[in-house]
Amino acid sequence: MEVELKEMLDELETLKRSLPDPSHYTTIDKLRLHVEHLTNLAKSAPVRRSKVKDMSAEVVDSNPYSRLMALQRMGIVENYERIREFSVAIVGIGGVGSVAAEMLTRCGIGRLLLYDYDKVELANMNRLFFRPEQVGMTKTDAAVQTLSEINPDVVLESYTLNITTVQGFETFMKSLTNKSFCPSKEGSGVDLVLSCVDNYEARMVVNQACNELNQTWMESGVSEDAVSGHIQLLIPGETACFACAPPLVVASGVDERTLKREGVCAASLPTTMGVVAGLLVQNTLKFLLKFGYVSPYLGYNSLKDFFPTMEMKPNPQCSNVACLERQKEYILAKPARDAAAKAKMEADASSTTECPLHDDNEWNISVVDDSVPDRKDARSSDALPEGLIHELPSADEFQKLPASEASATATDDLEDLRRQLEALNG
Amino acid sequence: MEGWDPNTKTTLTQIPLLSTKAGPRDGAAWTQRLKEEYKSLIAYTQMNKSKDNDWFRISAANPEGTRWTGKCWYVHNLLKYEFDLQFDIPVTYPSTAPEIELPELDGKTHKMYRGGKICLTVHFKPLWAKNCPRFGIAHALCLGLAPWLAAEVPILVDSGMIKHKDDAASSSES
Ligand SMILES: [Zn+2]
Repeated sequence: MEVELKEMLDELETLKRSLPDPSHYTTIDKLRLHVEHLTNLAKSAPVRRSKVKDMSAEVVDSNPYSRLMALQRMGIVENYERIREFSVAIVGIGGVGSVAAEMLTRCGIGRLLLYDYDKVELANMNRLFFRPEQVGMTKTDAAVQTLSEINPDVVLESYTLNITTVQGFETFMKSLTNKSFCPSKEGSGVDLVLSCVDNYEARMVVNQACNELNQTWMESGVSEDAVSGHIQLLIPGETACFACAPPLVVASGVDERTLKREGVCAASLPTTMGVVAGLLVQNTLKFLLKFGYVSPYLGYNSLKDFFPTMEMKPNPQCSNVACLERQKEYILAKPARDAAAKAKMEADASSTTECPLHDDNEWNISVVDDSVPDRKDARSSDALPEGLIHELPSADEFQKLPASEASATATDDLEDLRRQLEALNG
Repeated sequence: MEGWDPNTKTTLTQIPLLSTKAGPRDGAAWTQRLKEEYKSLIAYTQMNKSKDNDWFRISAANPEGTRWTGKCWYVHNLLKYEFDLQFDIPVTYPSTAPEIELPELDGKTHKMYRGGKICLTVHFKPLWAKNCPRFGIAHALCLGLAPWLAAEVPILVDSGMIKHKDDAASSSES
């Protein structure tokens, strides 16, 4: 392109010289300016910033982290730079997951693991993040492409697989337990798993993996009518798991019977998805960097701008075996937890007597004691706060039925049964 | 069973129920579950044949019985439309139902998620959840795929999105 533009300039010069009438000179000079401008544009290849060794708080326009490190100077976050030690796995790189990944990338997260099996389509362009020229690429590869340009400091791993299949699940579990990024870390290889998938089946799979690995995770979701969403913190054994109770959804207030579903599966809005991604990553930052209150459940009803909250205890009769094991461990660890809490309280008390935090309360603001709200029993729907409903019913009480033996299938041999079905298929 | 047509209801109640709650990662319990799946599928297929309403073929595509492939068809205006059918048994089965795919129809209808997964009615998942672990593959086909074909194939044909194979053959020959 640059060569052709150069030739064009030369030809314009020749043309100018060959013209007997100088009245056309200004037009030719204008054309030449345009070509020169185009040449400059062609020369300016995309700028890639180099990696940064340490996060600096220095306020210069070349420092990508100055505004983030300011959080530390202002006393909001004690140690922002710790963010580089953390690994976050994002399952589902769609309308919520991709935006969450971008936010964490811009925040300078240490490592991101991205999971999706889907490709970028033009039909995704009503959402944020992916660009039309990425259509046809896998979402994970397209995300790595964009994210590594935004912040080359982040270690990115892309997994193009379906976690609900037996094989995909195995790879998923193995990747979560890989500790090569931070070998000293306790537990699994990641600090948090973010579920940004769009269906109940995949959420149940993330729940299964996290219960088995004793891995804290956060759930997120946007309703199929695109007008509500939620985020939820799940700590195996400590809070309700995703299988402890039927999934909760934020009631949009729209009557399900009046919802017209003919010809469509699901709607989506970049706004609702962006809000939910923002809530999810805000909760993630608070959880990782230990500031503010980490919400156990936060709903978003966009039609009423209503944000219901709640907490859920685990269900001692949960159908998930790994959940029951984590519950048992959590109860066994209670004495140690109590001792640690007491020690912390004493330490805090002694430090407050040394320097009272809000001595000069000149505004006379009384701070209401933030006692822990009642934690709801995960099973009963009567206990649900206003604006939340169960999306699915619980399984009916399961009585083992006498096996209904069809006369032709008296056999109990797998190979025989397979042959019988094949015979019918033939 | 609000929201289901009487025909589906009657058929459903005649498919043998299952009792073992086991998924593909559960070893011997999964083998037990697989036997129940076969019994239920055999009974359902026999029932369809006896009612002259045979509409699918399905077999396990691997020895573990975690992937299933086959064909399904639907008759519209006296013409038979046949499609490849496939699905994986999810690791959280039977808490979650298999997601049935018709890959040939991917991108041809809005009633489908990416990858050709059929979009189920709002009534499917609640009923499945309520009946876990008694519903199996046969129930998923009866409650999920059969009503989907009945609703979508006529629309796909009438809108010209799919053509009968004889039409397609003759038009490509001419
Ligand atoms: Zn549970």
